[in-house]
Amino acid sequence: MLTMVLKRMMLAVPSLIGVVIVTFLLTRALPGDPAAYFAGPAADKVAVEQIRVKLGLDQPLIVQFGRYVQDLGKGDLGNSLTTGQPVLTEIKNRLPASAELTLLGLFVAMAIAIPLGILAATRPGSLIDHACRVIATAGVSLPVFFLGLILVYVFYYLLGWSPAPLGRLDVFYNPPASITGFYLIDSLLTGQWETFRAAISQLILPAMTLGIFALAPIARMTRASMLAVLSSDFVRTARASGLTPYTVTVTYAFRNAMLPVVTTLGMVFSFLLGANVLVEKVFAWPGIGSYAVEALIASDFAPVQGFVMTMAIMYVALNLLIDILYVLIDPRMRIEA
Amino acid sequence: MSSIAPSAPHAPASSGLMATLRHARYIIGDNPVTGLAFGLFVIIVFLALFGPYIVPYDPLASNTAFALKPPSAAYWFGTDQLGRDVFSRVIVATRLDFIIAVSSVALVFVMGGLSGVAAGFFGGWTDRVVGRIADTIMAFPLFVLAMGIVAALGNTVENIVLATAVVNFPLYARVARAEANVRREAGFVQAARLCGNGEFRILLTQILPNIMPIMIVQMSLTMGYAILNAAGLSFIGLGVRPPTAEWGIMVAEGAAFMVSGEWWIAFFPGLALMVAVFCFNLLGDGLRDIVDPSRRT
Repeated sequence: MLTMVLKRMMLAVPSLIGVVIVTFLLTRALPGDPAAYFAGPAADKVAVEQIRVKLGLDQPLIVQFGRYVQDLGKGDLGNSLTTGQPVLTEIKNRLPASAELTLLGLFVAMAIAIPLGILAATRPGSLIDHACRVIATAGVSLPVFFLGLILVYVFYYLLGWSPAPLGRLDVFYNPPASITGFYLIDSLLTGQWETFRAAISQLILPAMTLGIFALAPIARMTRASMLAVLSSDFVRTARASGLTPYTVTVTYAFRNAMLPVVTTLGMVFSFLLGANVLVEKVFAWPGIGSYAVEALIASDFAPVQGFVMTMAIMYVALNLLIDILYVLIDPRMRIEA
Repeated sequence: MSSIAPSAPHAPASSGLMATLRHARYIIGDNPVTGLAFGLFVIIVFLALFGPYIVPYDPLASNTAFALKPPSAAYWFGTDQLGRDVFSRVIVATRLDFIIAVSSVALVFVMGGLSGVAAGFFGGWTDRVVGRIADTIMAFPLFVLAMGIVAALGNTVENIVLATAVVNFPLYARVARAEANVRREAGFVQAARLCGNGEFRILLTQILPNIMPIMIVQMSLTMGYAILNAAGLSFIGLGVRPPTAEWGIMVAEGAAFMVSGEWWIAFFPGLALMVAVFCFNLLGDGLRDIVDPSRRT
């Protein structure tokens, strides 16, 4: 099994090389002169020349690429023009906020979608089956930023249940001591119940938004794969042997039906990481998405490049993790290896 | 819809066409939602063509005396912070959003479709190159890659179209490749080869027309995604600039007023966006049912 995992890890290498090449080409595709771009609008000719030499833009493309890869190896993603901070530090500081939001969103989605898909598959043609289909289609059609705004209007303005959509924590609270960077976990670890409650009340709406958005593909896949498994021979045998419907559905069908669902998670993550940017903008969430958006507005390219790079690397890593998980839960994959 | 009909090989063309139409009517009769989606599609196309001529107010004319008015008989969707009529702006925006979606889908159809067909038909290094490009694009979260492309190439509507097309490339290339691959050694291809047609000619005159139905379904299904992607990009401030009327940017402009209760500024453009995407998704599902009944869900 270890060779299987290692083999799969090797397959991620070309993807990573592709990511590095594309992000490099994106910088070189900047309109006009990249040196003038990185020097900022206020720079004169001499300053631009200095930047050109400093960035190595006077060198041939292949040398530039070598230098770019070298910098990446050292963890250097350049500096932001507007804040002057190294991009890597900013991304490191903001990553936990995004990760907390995305993971909770995924959790919400799975907690609703999987039971819904199973219920829909076990009762085809019933009300819950139709509900599942409507939700699956509506979820794909709903612009995620629009959904977020609707939730803000209903739960903040109309009902007053949730706090103002402004960041991770109300100004009256101090963030908990940073252990993992996740406010929920950190406040629990340090025993600050008030902070925990404040953090979760801020987190609940954006996480719901992401969850509803990601729900559709998971529910659709769960339903389809449950339907396929439920009509297979081994389920018929299990039923004929007189096992209870619960055992048949949960122990026999569910575990087999989860395999394609795990595979879909890769696609779901692609959507989630993108939607995350929009949701962070709606809720003024101080994550890496809003960092990139702020930089985009200011035409500050280094943070955007760092952001695209980080997201792509995370996505490749997540896909790798999903594939390894697949090997772990499907014994057949182990035998093949 | 008749143009996408896969005509039966042995029957005369007209009866094949009739059969498809009957089949289409059966599908629509069985699933009225597809009919509804088709009706919506006609309305969207109508508004995209004639929207600017039928709206009651100038979408760009501000009237600060009537700023932030809720929906009323005079202003059906209310007015925004500059007193512009939201209804007129939503209608007028249909054209721009539709153009962005159609042109990006057309672009990716040409890029992805042709390279996918070539990859599936020729195999070998063509296949490897196309596959490698698709894999590299797939290594990025798609919306993030689109952001990066627009940021790098410049903040224009053309680049939004291009970025949306690029992120959809793998989808088209894969479908076209798979469809072309199974037809590589089909009887009609062999026959065309025996008649002395060159490989490239076979690709264009035999393979491409045969995979058109599947590709058109694919276009309809990704059209909704293209609209969402473009609107998302303009929501974060890329591409379309104010005061241009476009659904994504209108939602962004109204976002700040959502917390103070002026819901209509962001709600109606968002709703329009949702209805358009919903329409294309349902239409895509319906077309797929007609073209490929085995994949009905």
